[in-house]
Amino acid sequence: MEWSWAFDWAREFYRETGINLTFVYDSFDRDRLARGFMNTVYLSLICLVLSVLIGIAGAWLQGSKLVWTRRIVQGYIQFFRNTPPLVQLYFFFFAVGSLMPTYENRFGMQEPMLDNFTWAVISLSFFAGAFNVEIFRSGIEAVPTSTVEAAESLGYNRLQTYRYIVLPLAFRVCLPALNNNLVNLVKTTTLAYAIAVPEMLYMANQIWSDSVNVPETMTFLLFAYVFLVGLLVWAMHSWERAMRLPGYGR
Amino acid sequence: MNKLMRSALLGAAAAVALSFGALAPADATTLQEVKDKGTLVVGVKADYKPYGYLNSDGEIVGIEPELAQDVAEKLGVELEMVPVVSSNRMQFLEQGKIDLMIATMTDRPDRREVVQIVDPNYYSSGTNVMAPKKAGFKEWTDLDGAPVCGIQGAFYNRKTQEEFGAEIVAFKGTSEALTALQQGRCVAFVYDDSFLISKLGEDEWSEFEMPLQTIDDAPWGLAVAKGADDFAAFMSDMIKEWHKSGRIIELEKKYGVKPTPFAEKMHKEYM
Repeated sequence: MEWSWAFDWAREFYRETGINLTFVYDSFDRDRLARGFMNTVYLSLICLVLSVLIGIAGAWLQGSKLVWTRRIVQGYIQFFRNTPPLVQLYFFFFAVGSLMPTYENRFGMQEPMLDNFTWAVISLSFFAGAFNVEIFRSGIEAVPTSTVEAAESLGYNRLQTYRYIVLPLAFRVCLPALNNNLVNLVKTTTLAYAIAVPEMLYMANQIWSDSVNVPETMTFLLFAYVFLVGLLVWAMHSWERAMRLPGYGR
Repeated sequence: MNKLMRSALLGAAAAVALSFGALAPADATTLQEVKDKGTLVVGVKADYKPYGYLNSDGEIVGIEPELAQDVAEKLGVELEMVPVVSSNRMQFLEQGKIDLMIATMTDRPDRREVVQIVDPNYYSSGTNVMAPKKAGFKEWTDLDGAPVCGIQGAFYNRKTQEEFGAEIVAFKGTSEALTALQQGRCVAFVYDDSFLISKLGEDEWSEFEMPLQTIDDAPWGLAVAKGADDFAAFMSDMIKEWHKSGRIIELEKKYGVKPTPFAEKMHKEYM
């Protein structure tokens, strides 16, 4: 598609109004902001999926008969829920990251395994995962005991009960809370810029430092997040509607 | 108006009056005054190795303190050095706490409005990289495709990326960037060359070097108080003399700094 009219328009707009949309007409700025946007999308998607998986697994382990399994899950939740995500990122990248085995990169240097993007995925997934465990627990506890007993009397074992009876019901009950936490997760990905992950805020920061067009870039950033989170909320709401339980609210 | 309100207002008025009093510029120090009191008070950095730092005996030493010593000797007075930082150096000069400031200050037009920056410039600094000696970089273009640590928002990040093809990995502060460099997350750190020179003076960084040609050179200015015209004229001759005799280059060598292109250029110009 031919876009040069848009670039010309942005340049003209700058001349007439002084509003400098470098990320529209400057190809370097445009590319890096687009890359930042895509990185935010990737980071969010990967963390969303992983954190939900961690939540499901954690909530199941929380109901384990083994006391140590329960304690470990509880310890994990306490660690990740009680520390700020920014501190976690720094801790993982600079402290734990430096203990990782190294490999030789193409410049002949020893580089630690797992790059900053991977550490951001690990840290943010476990951070949101800790909340998800508690969210799923709230859903599981809302499933009536009589329902679980009915499943047991039909010969379901613990895993089968969890998978076919408890989780689907629990999932529906805790979806609104899960929705909240996932929205928060998408917004928390901006913290990854502290460890130089080139996501949207990182790129925007560099653009407005170069061209001193802070209000313009800030505004774009805000709308981009409204769009991204709006998309997520819309998807989650459709899911909520599709899984509607008659007699259980909307 | 109640009593409390009134006293609060009086207090505020007094504070305003006081701050105005403090802001009123002291009389600019003239050459004659310095000679009369017998000491020259110079503001220098004390935390910027090798330009001005504390040695193990707690004395301020470095390239700029030596320049200050030259000035005192020329005037035939005692030298007194006052450590300054970037945020107070111009205020000290305005308030008459120091007669002369030689403190790694970049010459900028807005600063020229506050203090009298003496021409010509005595030094300059620009952008360079700090890299492990093992990497063996020679040219900026060697950085093509290499992960290079930087500081978020620095103006040369774009240039390093766009013109030389480096992949900038930008952190919030210098300590994070230096840690990342040390841990091998990046193969070089692009920053202000004077800062890099000061870091390279530390044992911790002995395996690193500053191998490239400095770019984006910005001149440094030493300054006297606004209105101290005869002092400024005297300092101007002093700086020309330093350039002419190669004193700056000599000091750079003494403190282990590779002669900067600026110092060499000025030396040729005034020779």
